[in-house]
Amino acid sequence: MSGHSTYQPQNKFLQWLEKRLPIGGLIHSSFVVYPVPRNLNYWWTFGGILAFMLASQMITGIILAMHYTPNVHLAFDSVESIMRDVNYGWLLRYLHATGASMFFLAVYIHMFRGIYYGSYKEPREVLWILGVIIYLLMMATGFMGYVLVWGQMSFWAATVITNLFSAIPGVGDAIVTWLWGGFAVGNPTLNRFYSLHYLLPFVIAGVVVLHVWALHVAGQNNPAGIEPKSAKDVVPFTPHATAKDAFGLAVFLIVFAWFVFYIPNYLIHPDNYIPANPAVTPSEIVPEWYYLPFYAILRSIPNKLLGVIALFSAILILAFLPWLDTSRVRSARYRPLFKQFFWLWVIAAIGLGWLGSKPPEGIYVILARLLTFYYFAFFLIILPLLGIFEKTKPLPNSISESVLDAHKGSDAKKHSDKIGAKA
Amino acid sequence: MSSAVHTRRDFLYIATGAVGAVGAAAVLVPLISQMNPDASTIAAGAPIEVDLAPIAEGQIIKVFWRSKPIFIFHRTKHDIQLAQEVNVSTLRDPEPDSERVKKGHEQWLVVIGICTHLGCIPLPHQGEFDGWFCPCHGSQYDSAGRIRKGPAPLNLHLPPYAFLTGTKIRIGETSATSA
Repeated sequence: MSGHSTYQPQNKFLQWLEKRLPIGGLIHSSFVVYPVPRNLNYWWTFGGILAFMLASQMITGIILAMHYTPNVHLAFDSVESIMRDVNYGWLLRYLHATGASMFFLAVYIHMFRGIYYGSYKEPREVLWILGVIIYLLMMATGFMGYVLVWGQMSFWAATVITNLFSAIPGVGDAIVTWLWGGFAVGNPTLNRFYSLHYLLPFVIAGVVVLHVWALHVAGQNNPAGIEPKSAKDVVPFTPHATAKDAFGLAVFLIVFAWFVFYIPNYLIHPDNYIPANPAVTPSEIVPEWYYLPFYAILRSIPNKLLGVIALFSAILILAFLPWLDTSRVRSARYRPLFKQFFWLWVIAAIGLGWLGSKPPEGIYVILARLLTFYYFAFFLIILPLLGIFEKTKPLPNSISESVLDAHKGSDAKKHSDKIGAKA
Repeated sequence: MSSAVHTRRDFLYIATGAVGAVGAAAVLVPLISQMNPDASTIAAGAPIEVDLAPIAEGQIIKVFWRSKPIFIFHRTKHDIQLAQEVNVSTLRDPEPDSERVKKGHEQWLVVIGICTHLGCIPLPHQGEFDGWFCPCHGSQYDSAGRIRKGPAPLNLHLPPYAFLTGTKIRIGETSATSA
């Protein structure tokens, strides 16, 4: 991918600009002629979808910031004023709130794709780690955004999550007081969360630039998990990947629009329509769905400090994935055992999510502990061992061969079926 | 792409582009519209009623409507005479006094108290023309609120208003429908 761009603009102005700031050439070499494997499937469209969602959240967020007031006496009412008085305010609020959920849905699919196809493996380790950093920043941003509404859930989620840091021995309480800016969650907390909620998306955007840069250095992974060997294995990004990304985005936007226009409050907890009351804790404190698996992990450990460590470890362990998985084979297509353990892990993650929404009692606790064990065992026990003991399927010789073989195989089957039917 | 025959791909590209352009325009509508005054601001800008009875002859009061200062001048016979005597063709913004007051209520001058130069609030009962003097850049208005001297280009603007009774006006409506 390195080397001089082949961009030759015909337009005189573009030639003039190219000599002074070669942005045309950069776009051309990164998103027009940039070679991508020809066998990419629709799971590869989620990167583009995520870029779109980041832009969408930033635009709706900046507009909401024109009407929102970050003061404990005014915040809740300012959100209601957006919903009732501001032109299209209801739409902007629902787009932003639902957009956060869609952003996380897309990021989970994007991550699961990465794990399934081994996209974190050499030489894409830094790409993967940058992704984990983006994911962490997203979680912080989403959490602070939810607090800004200053409903009951906003306030109490802020209290619970900031209180996590009190588990740190010695300095824990000082850290929590420092985070709060007071003796409890209050106006200083709300104001600084507003500032940071506005800031972090721009930090995310910067890390995304690094993420795409790292991607373009190594090139895309692909469903076969083998590197392109010749020009036959790749196609130019435009029109092929551009069109596929656009189509994937369109389908994703239909799902997004379905929530925004038909069931916008499905993902919003009703208690968050009650203004924050520091004197009354709601009967159940539940975070947004995208935090639920980690919430379940936190609650499944009976010790306060260990529970907090388990929570953060569950996220940070992702960063070590390139080294925990010892297999030389990338794609789950050719790793039959890994494939099964992977899907079990997905079910465990979803199960943990469901359990996170349940009260921490009885059978739910037992199940949460089992699934938490499996969650960590997958990374710490199964993956390291699989690399040594798994018998993988033979890899195809090249990407184009794997594509053509698939077609040849199905054509041969159709032919023999027809013969069989005649006889 | 110089083939004379248009391919299916061309059709698809153009059709997608057209739908995309319509979609992009549709998306822009709410994003731009949201910056217009919202329902609560518009509600706060509803017409106001002002009772003129407490205003003495010669007195000028200031009220606010839609966040703008409104001067209400209870003119004496002398003020009215000075305003009517002026040769309209010599004015920078020619307007006879009769067009700046309501028929039968010539003693009441209701104008927006924002200097038409750069937006300061002129000071009452000052200047050489029995009206207002703007301290920012020296514009002077007469007893009909017309610009007589200084850099302002236009007379003080007239808000929409109507008389409900002889001593009550509603600012914000041009016709008096008592509601």
